[in-house]
Formats: sequence, structure tokens, C-alpha cells
Amino acid sequence: MADEAFDAIIVGGGIAGTVAAYLLAKEGLEVLLIERGNYPGSKNMTGGRLYSHSLEKIMPGFAEEAPIERKITRERVYMMTEDSAAGLDFYSGRLGVRGQDSYSVLRAPFDQWLGEKAESAGANIVSGICVENLIFNDGQVGGVVAGEDEITSKVVILADGINSLLAQKIGMREEFKPHQMAVGVKELWELPASVIEDRFGCSENEGAACMFAGSPSDSRIGGGFLYTNKESISLGVVATLSDLGEKTVPQLMEDFHNHPAIAPLLKGAQLIEYSGHLVPEGGFDMMPKIVGNGVLVVGDGAGLCINLGYAIRGMDFAVASAECAAKAVIDAQQTDDFSAAGLQNYLKYMEKSFVLPDMKLYRQFPHFLEGTPRIFGAYPNMAVDMLTDMFVMDGQPARPLMKKMMPHVKKIGIWNLIKDGWKGMKSI
Amino acid sequence: MSSAEMEKVNVDAKLSINKFYVDEENAHIVLKEDVDMNEYRQLMVACPAGIYKLNKNGEVFFDYAGCLECGTCRILCGQTILAKWEFPRGTFGVEYRYG
Ligand SMILES: Cc1cc2nc3c(=O)[nH]c(=O)nc-3n(C[C@H](O)[C@H](O)[C@H](O)COP(=O)(O)OP(=O)(O)OC[C@H]3O[C@@H](n4cnc5c(N)ncnc54)[C@H](O)[C@@H]3O)c2cc1C
Ligand code: SF4
Repeated sequence: MADEAFDAIIVGGGIAGTVAAYLLAKEGLEVLLIERGNYPGSKNMTGGRLYSHSLEKIMPGFAEEAPIERKITRERVYMMTEDSAAGLDFYSGRLGVRGQDSYSVLRAPFDQWLGEKAESAGANIVSGICVENLIFNDGQVGGVVAGEDEITSKVVILADGINSLLAQKIGMREEFKPHQMAVGVKELWELPASVIEDRFGCSENEGAACMFAGSPSDSRIGGGFLYTNKESISLGVVATLSDLGEKTVPQLMEDFHNHPAIAPLLKGAQLIEYSGHLVPEGGFDMMPKIVGNGVLVVGDGAGLCINLGYAIRGMDFAVASAECAAKAVIDAQQTDDFSAAGLQNYLKYMEKSFVLPDMKLYRQFPHFLEGTPRIFGAYPNMAVDMLTDMFVMDGQPARPLMKKMMPHVKKIGIWNLIKDGWKGMKSI
Repeated sequence: MSSAEMEKVNVDAKLSINKFYVDEENAHIVLKEDVDMNEYRQLMVACPAGIYKLNKNGEVFFDYAGCLECGTCRILCGQTILAKWEFPRGTFGVEYRYG
């Protein structure tokens, strides 16, 4: 079969898809990327902070040209209860050193820019078309079906995100389970750049990333996040689907932005978008089959995301998996073998990169979180109670600090503290 | 309960800020005829768009127009009370200007 219309068809214009299209087109392959939204990025939402390392390798110096928001030089982590927040604030110029820097991003402009990069490398991008099915020839994927149209290719890369209906349709994965998935909801609040810089103590073009454990997810598995953009703030909540309580997800979001420690940061801001998206959280154990005959799965669709609480990573994995897939397709082109055997190098490259090693390293972490509900309830309460006792001076006779602290520790139990600490350390 | 918590959320007002191209001819999510209320209540909690509602008579009231296409309802109830969950046809549905 030498008459396929394209060498590679990529389904999905997110980060993974646009990067794969860019790399393949750059190597001279005939590439078609199909996106169901009206432009790459139009359906996509993230927290978001992009750890730059993997994209930097592919497009050195990209941050100077791309529509990134702010370079993150300030990290904050909080334990939050309904009326209090106990936090850690870490500022360091080292966070911004090239190669280890990270940026807040908004996906609609960012993915469009990546799409333009792919197009100028020679890729064809068609937006506004939803791929409904894949073409099979003798058990091997050989193109896509959309409406009346069938378009053929030697290989199809599924970069169609967490819901990847196509991977399911062709039996590469089962439905993900509620304990492996979290729902993310985000509000985007518009504020002038100078106000953001004042409120978060940031220089021009620099910004903060803040993560919150405790009340944002109603003391259940999940958390809150806040990222400063150029002229807006991304504020959101993530909640694991198997651990939702009575409070609705929109109400979690509402209560989070009304929290007395958050509301002043948003004073005078205007809501300009409200979004929702799933987050794959099951780690290595939820990864589906990612190599098939004539087909590869990359990015979220492959379950490539890690939520450590103090950091969420998915976009750097999306970039790196796209790179591995592109390299494997280029190898397969040499031998003209696009069967699963011919595409096996995808796994080899993933093993050699940070992607599979990191997914494996953090393999136990989702289980640790599931098995340690205290992180989301008892510990934030303990931290806030301890700090309250430390800082409140009310004219009562003072007690030694140790005496003040012990009751809070005993509430949880010293043994539980040691056990959770040990388990936690082992899982990351 | 803190004062913050008493403010009940108005999700519709937030959704109205978003850009949607609603496909009037084709519902991309369809509920089964007989809905198990225990399943439905999960979606009332989990849907970030809050579009799984009850009407004044306590009956199921669902309109796909404000859907954010996240897939949460599919994960929770795809096998039980949903007759159909697909992406909207190309070009239709939510369009993020920022994302
Ligand atoms: C609330 C939240 C916070 C997060 N925070 C962070 C963070 O701070 N840092 C980080 O690194 N990661 C974060 N992540 C994870 C990160 O956003 C994802 O891992 C990443 O976006 C995955 O990119 P992708 O290209 O694989 O998928 P997506 O961006 O979902 O792209 C998939 C694309 O495929 C298209 N598509 C799907 N099906 C079809 C079809 N049949 N036909 C045509 N097109 C189709 C979609 O429209 C979409 O454009 C977060 C995620 C969420 C939800
Ligand atoms: S896909 Fe998401 S936003 Fe749409 S109805 Fe289902 S849960 Fe709600």
C-alpha cells in the first residue's frame, strides 16, 4: 500500500498533538493534524504551569517567542481550613534558571502558537472536525473516519486527550475508573499586571504558583491551585471522583474563591472564563496499551500525568511522549513497518526519557494518597491549630510551646504521624 | 459554617461568560429513560457545569447546552444512566478563549 494520503495523521490539537505534528513535519513527513475544536487549544484547559524542560529541548528558547504568561519564581504551598491558611513561601531565582524554569500558560493562545509552529514546519492542520473512527486494514490502523470522509495514512497518533474515545473504540484501553480520575474546575480572574505583581510580590513577567490542601476539596482527596498569569489569575479546585462528598464541585470552587485568605487576592477582579476538565491521577498503574498496529497513544490519553499535591505534571509528559512517538514513527519509516512491532521503539524512547522512569518512580503515590485521608483533613487542621496556639496572645497564662503543641499531635496520634510521614517519603 | 459557605453558587451566571456554539440539532449527551436517582445524584455533585439538576417537582432536569465536555459524567455513569456520551460535532460546544 503505497498510496496513503499522509504519512501520519494526528488526532487532537493539544500540546501532545501539535508537538508531534511539528517534529514529524520538520523531518519532512506528510502530516495531517485534525482537531475537533475551532482551533488547537479551543477545548483545552490546564492549571497551569508548564515545566519547560521537555519543550526547551525541542524548541530551544521557546519562552521568548511563545505566548507564555509568567515565569514562576515563587512557590507557595498551603494547608487550608475553612477560615485559615498555613503556608510555606519559597522565592528563588534558581526556580527561573533556563532548563529548570516553569511558566504559567493559558492553553487557547499557547496551543494555537504550537499549531502555528507545526504549520510553518509543513504540517497540515484541519480544525472543526471530530474524528469518529479509525480505518482498519487487516487488523492494522490505516487512517481516520470523520463524517463521510475517510483519510488514509501509514500511522495514526492518538493525541486526543483524557477521554480518548478512539483508543477505547479500538480496544486499546478500558474505561478509566473514578479513583483514577479527578475533575478539575477553574475560574479565570482578570486583573491588571501591576496589581498582580503587588499582591503576589513578583517582579514584572514573574509570578507565583500556589497549591492548597484541605478545605478547597472539602477535606477529601484533591486540592486547590492558583497561578498568576500576565493579566489574570487561574484559580481552581481538583477533586478525585471516587471521593466526592455532599458538596457540589461548583460549590467547592465558589467557596474556594470566597475563602478569607483568597478573596482579598481577587478583589476588584472580573471573572472572564469558567472551565472544567478531567485529570488522570492513577499514575503508572492506569496506563493503557500505547502501541498498536499502525497506532500510538500519547499525552493524557496514555494516562501520562502525575499529581503530587505540590506540583501537577502532565504537559511536560505530553511534550516528551509526543517526541518519543515522533522518533518511533521516523524509525518505522526507514523499514516501512508500521505494525506494532515496527513501532516498538516508542516504548524504548519512553523508557530512555524521563517519562516512564518518572511514572514508575511515583507509582505508589496515588495509592498513598488514597490510603491517607488525614492529609486532606486532619493535617491541615493540626497545622492551623498549632499555629493559632503559637501566634495568638490572649492574656491567658503562657504555657511552654511543647505543652501547647502536644495535644494537637496527640489528636492524630504520634504513631500515625510517623507512619504517614514514612509512607509518604517512600512514595515520592 | 463560615459565611463564605452560605453563598450558594450560581453556575449558570459563570457559564454565561463562556463562549458556546450549541448544536441545537444534536444532543451529544443523552440520559436513559428511567434514571436511577442514586446515580443521578452523583452527577449533581460532580458535574463542574452543574447542569444535572432537579426541577421544581424534584424531577430530572438536564440541558447539555452548558456542558464543558470534561467527561466526568461519562466516567461516573457512562455504564448506568447515560444512553449516549459523545463529543459535540466538530466546531460545536464550548470554545475556550483562554483555557
Ligand atoms: C485542572 C488541571 C490542572 C492541571 N495543571 C497542570 C499543571 O499545572 N502542569 C502540567 O504540566 N499539567 C497540568 N495538568 C495536566 C495537563 O493539562 C494535561 O496533561 C495536558 O493538557 C495533556 O495534553 P494533551 O495534549 O495530551 O491533551 P489535551 O490538551 O486534552 O488535547 C487533546 C485534544 O484532542 C482533541 N480531540 C479529542 N478527541 C478528538 C477527536 N475525536 N477528533 C479531533 N480532535 C479530538 C481535543 O479537542 C483536544 O484539543 C492539569 C490538568 C487539569 C485538568
Ligand atoms: S461532560 Fe462534564 S460538563 Fe459536560 S455534562 Fe458531563 S460532567 Fe457536566
